Amino acid sequence: MIAAGLLALLSHWRRHKLQLFTLIAGLALATALWSGVQAINGEARASYTEASETLGEGRLSRLLPPEGATIPEATWVALRRAGWLASPVVEGRLGRARLLGIDPLTTPVDTGPIEEADTADLQAFLAPQGALLGREEVLAQLPDTGATLLASEEAAPGTVLTDIVTAQRVLEIDGFTSLLLAPVQPLRQVPLAEVAPGLRLQAPDQGTDPAALTDSFHLNLTAFGLLSFAVGLFIVHGAVGLAFEQRRATVRTLRAMGMPLGLLIALMAAELALLALVAGGIGLLLGYLIAAALLPDVAGTLQGLYGAEVAGTLRFRPLWALSGMAIALVGTAAAAASAFRRLATTPLLAGGTRRAGARWAARRAIRQGVAGLVLLLVALLVGLWGGGLVGGFVTLGCLMIGGALLLPLLLDRVLALGSRFAREALPQWIWADSRAELPGLSLALMALLLAMAANVGVSTMVSSFRQTFVDFLDQRLAPELYVGVSSPDRVNAFLAALPSGTRVLPIAEIERPLAGLPAQVQILRDDPTYRENWRFLSAVPDAWDRLAAGQGLLVNEQLARRAGLSVGDDLQVTGAVTLPILGIYGDYGNPVGEAILTEALFRQTFPEVVPVNFGLRLPAEGVPALAERLVTDLGLDPDQVVNQSNLKAISLGIFERTFAVTAALNVLTLAVAGFALLMSLLTLASIRLPQLAPVWALGTRRATLGRLELIRAVGLSTLTALAALPLGLALAWVLLAVVNVEAFGWRLPMFLFPWDWLRLFALALLAAALAALWPAIRLARVPPSILLKVFSDER
Amino acid sequence: MNARTLVLALCPLAAQAQGFAGLGTSAEGYALPQPGYGFAFPRDHGAHPTFRIEWWYITANLTGPDGTPYGFQWTLFRSALAPGGAPEAQVWMGHAAVTTPEAHFVTERLARGATGQAGVTADPFEAWIDEWRLAGPNFDTATLTAQGPDWGYDVTLTAQGPIVLQGDQGYSVKSEDGQASHYYSQPFFAVDGTLTLPDGEIPVTGTAWLDREWSSQPLADRQVGWDWFSLSFDTGEKLMAFRLNEEGGDAFTAATWIAPDGTPTPFPNGAFAAEPLATSDVTDGEGAQREIPTRWRVRLPDRGLDATVEALNPQAWMATSVPYWEGPVTVTGSHAGVGYLEMTGY
Repeated sequence: MIAAGLLALLSHWRRHKLQLFTLIAGLALATALWSGVQAINGEARASYTEASETLGEGRLSRLLPPEGATIPEATWVALRRAGWLASPVVEGRLGRARLLGIDPLTTPVDTGPIEEADTADLQAFLAPQGALLGREEVLAQLPDTGATLLASEEAAPGTVLTDIVTAQRVLEIDGFTSLLLAPVQPLRQVPLAEVAPGLRLQAPDQGTDPAALTDSFHLNLTAFGLLSFAVGLFIVHGAVGLAFEQRRATVRTLRAMGMPLGLLIALMAAELALLALVAGGIGLLLGYLIAAALLPDVAGTLQGLYGAEVAGTLRFRPLWALSGMAIALVGTAAAAASAFRRLATTPLLAGGTRRAGARWAARRAIRQGVAGLVLLLVALLVGLWGGGLVGGFVTLGCLMIGGALLLPLLLDRVLALGSRFAREALPQWIWADSRAELPGLSLALMALLLAMAANVGVSTMVSSFRQTFVDFLDQRLAPELYVGVSSPDRVNAFLAALPSGTRVLPIAEIERPLAGLPAQVQILRDDPTYRENWRFLSAVPDAWDRLAAGQGLLVNEQLARRAGLSVGDDLQVTGAVTLPILGIYGDYGNPVGEAILTEALFRQTFPEVVPVNFGLRLPAEGVPALAERLVTDLGLDPDQVVNQSNLKAISLGIFERTFAVTAALNVLTLAVAGFALLMSLLTLASIRLPQLAPVWALGTRRATLGRLELIRAVGLSTLTALAALPLGLALAWVLLAVVNVEAFGWRLPMFLFPWDWLRLFALALLAAALAALWPAIRLARVPPSILLKVFSDER
Repeated sequence: MNARTLVLALCPLAAQAQGFAGLGTSAEGYALPQPGYGFAFPRDHGAHPTFRIEWWYITANLTGPDGTPYGFQWTLFRSALAPGGAPEAQVWMGHAAVTTPEAHFVTERLARGATGQAGVTADPFEAWIDEWRLAGPNFDTATLTAQGPDWGYDVTLTAQGPIVLQGDQGYSVKSEDGQASHYYSQPFFAVDGTLTLPDGEIPVTGTAWLDREWSSQPLADRQVGWDWFSLSFDTGEKLMAFRLNEEGGDAFTAATWIAPDGTPTPFPNGAFAAEPLATSDVTDGEGAQREIPTRWRVRLPDRGLDATVEALNPQAWMATSVPYWEGPVTVTGSHAGVGYLEMTGY
């Protein structure tokens, strides 16, 4: 009985291969996008975890030496013997990697990679020649140090871990660069000021925890993944509903033969679960491929925006595969729930009536429309008065879902309006038939709406960002030539070699917490370059004059927003220097806070920082000759003599990579929506024959019918796309004015790019036309015998 | 888990591979204890880095003003990563604990050699790791201090008797295969000082026992742990006795009976017997339950000893890199007194 029932049920799929394909492809695509995004997020998070495990930064207090000095071993021992659980760290660059020396015996930090190493490797770690532990690709690029190389996939990206003694030897450093303090200290300690008066205590700072910083980025990706998954579920929902509908006769027969309802439901559930597993498996594979393809760009984005290092290669994580399968199963269950409910509640002998009538559909559209309006209202309220990143995303979610729910009602009203203007029979039928068809297409159209809106919203954001950024680069990269001199003692020779009339702008900064946040202090020479090019977001009058006079400083928008500073507030730079803020400037793409001091004050406050980088102002035609002369005559490193236009190109390149991921996901989402439309149209085509046959019988040619189908699909898509535009712009506003401020710390002006919309519009219509083409052609070629057969069938 | 634990895997004290704590590991390249070694003090109070392992070990039985019994432990281990005695090749490990009838506090410290973070000097005597230190002007009069996050102790130790050489003139045999160590004790310290517990400071007085031992392979590789007793009887007599447990249930025992004037009488394998009477479920550092014998019958028929040794607090688990049980005990039966019990390999 069970086997026979299962066979009877499964035979449906043999007869409806397209439906089977729709179901599996929809679910596989949904799972693929979702799990792809999850894989990217998982990889990035694993990288942060490894990084923070290796560094312990952000979570532990540190003792730091005076600027430019190291902490002598004797000071550290004195601290230990005074009851301070401090552990030494030696940090520096080795080749392109970050070398981190720790003392495994006293470190308060969990060091994942060391734990993975076996005893022989540990022996090497503490042996006199030492061992360097890192990822294979990092180790491959290290200069030869004589130390054993230990490859570990657990190591943080770009970081090489070693014993403190090895680090001192390799970096030729005496003493330590910092001391990590254990989170739990003993009962009694000699005060720090008595034991090591020269050291300063740096409290754990949350700002450098990359996981916290990049949360918004991952939330963004997750939102995209979820959106794609929802679009995929629309497809599955449609396919499952249709399959159940078409199998009513089979179900009726099976139950009439005595199969209990419970068993039947169990069989159908098992069947769906099987399909979900197959589709989930395919989806996981696709998701892995998507993630592998996008990960290098994600790594680039995170590096570019937040300075977080993420490995560019993907690892397979079993938990990820499990969660992907689970979401495929849960998604299928959610999509099939209503179909099962209908199956369970339909009386045994209820006939295979046509799907819910137009009035029922209208009622549902109204119910959905009301829910949509409520959600839009919530979006408005949260958007205006809600705070925080979560508030921003709640607004986004309500906006998208509310808009989608409102769509069928909106389209129905538009079609009703259209039918009023139709005078002749055929146009009247077209309008009316479109309205009748709407319920069957509404899911696919909602998917298209969401995809389009997301596309408009994100592309508006990216383009606004790009526009702002290019302006900003023009403003910031005014000097014609940038030159780095390798050491301070060559500065004078370099300056003497410059042609007369060249204006020199020294560039230097020092890392220093400001207002309790990680930040940099920059030097600025009073020069027309700045006065002419820089625009303040807000400033006191004559800010430049007062800055030049050393009466205040400038801060970037990031620092101002994070520390809640505004013009006129005092900011402490060092123990002795506290100055009022004269102006706040936009500093797009910079993850850290920044303050600017005029040159004289900077040199006086930080005499240890000698600028070795310079921006040069000179006539553009003199640039290539000077650049060449600096390299050949002064022997400067060609990499250190950078033409402004090159630098701008590099900066723009970083920026373009930053949003490559978003763009790729955009295209994928649109593709999924197009697929949903195609599948809806195909299934509709097969059940719409009874409506079309009379029209054909009245004298309308099949080709005309096919053309009308195509026009209708494109027309509905056009209406949907029109609705998507305001929704997308609202989305863009939330992204720029709410989410961006929360996530990045600065607000972007919103620019409108109608050409982009037109392009998108055309793309969406193309997708819709492509999706409608095949069903239309099939309709145009349907044999008259089949149309005739409609009249001889039961309905 | 912490990286420190793994680094410790290198040092024989912590490696679980051979016997308990790796004490059965081969001693190739290291100096070996010799029978008839001529002890010289204060020189031998200092470190012997050509041997692989060594310890300075103090346990104390104390009483508070209200008669409440307490105990503390202070241990400095030295363990060589490689033969040759170079300071860089030494790893130092400190264990400190305070036991009350209700609570047990324990902390561990680790240090590498050659930095000054930990070490021992013989004259003037000082043994230290971080701020924990045992320092005299000399070995007979010393101050001792250690602390954890919310507890600590500061006491003075005053020797009331002579140093006692264990085994055969300080040559202590640990197995029938001849594994041995150099071993001497100062069991006659009077203690006076302060315990700091989370609830406040408590003035205490009592007695302490110091053990010094160094070796390169003190256990045979089939020996998996030991039960070690240091007991001070009300008569002024003292007993050091241990039972080394072997795979398969056999044991090797040894004991030294110490007269009130410090005269030692060593006893060979089999003279001393110890059998568990009751066990307790002890919660270890990982939160798991271990069944540990916390009440023992100990016998040394030659001296008419037949007594019951019972833990003051059965939960005296040392949740350190090398975990073990160590805590104060009371003695009743043919002899009455107090002491310390250490059990490893459970």
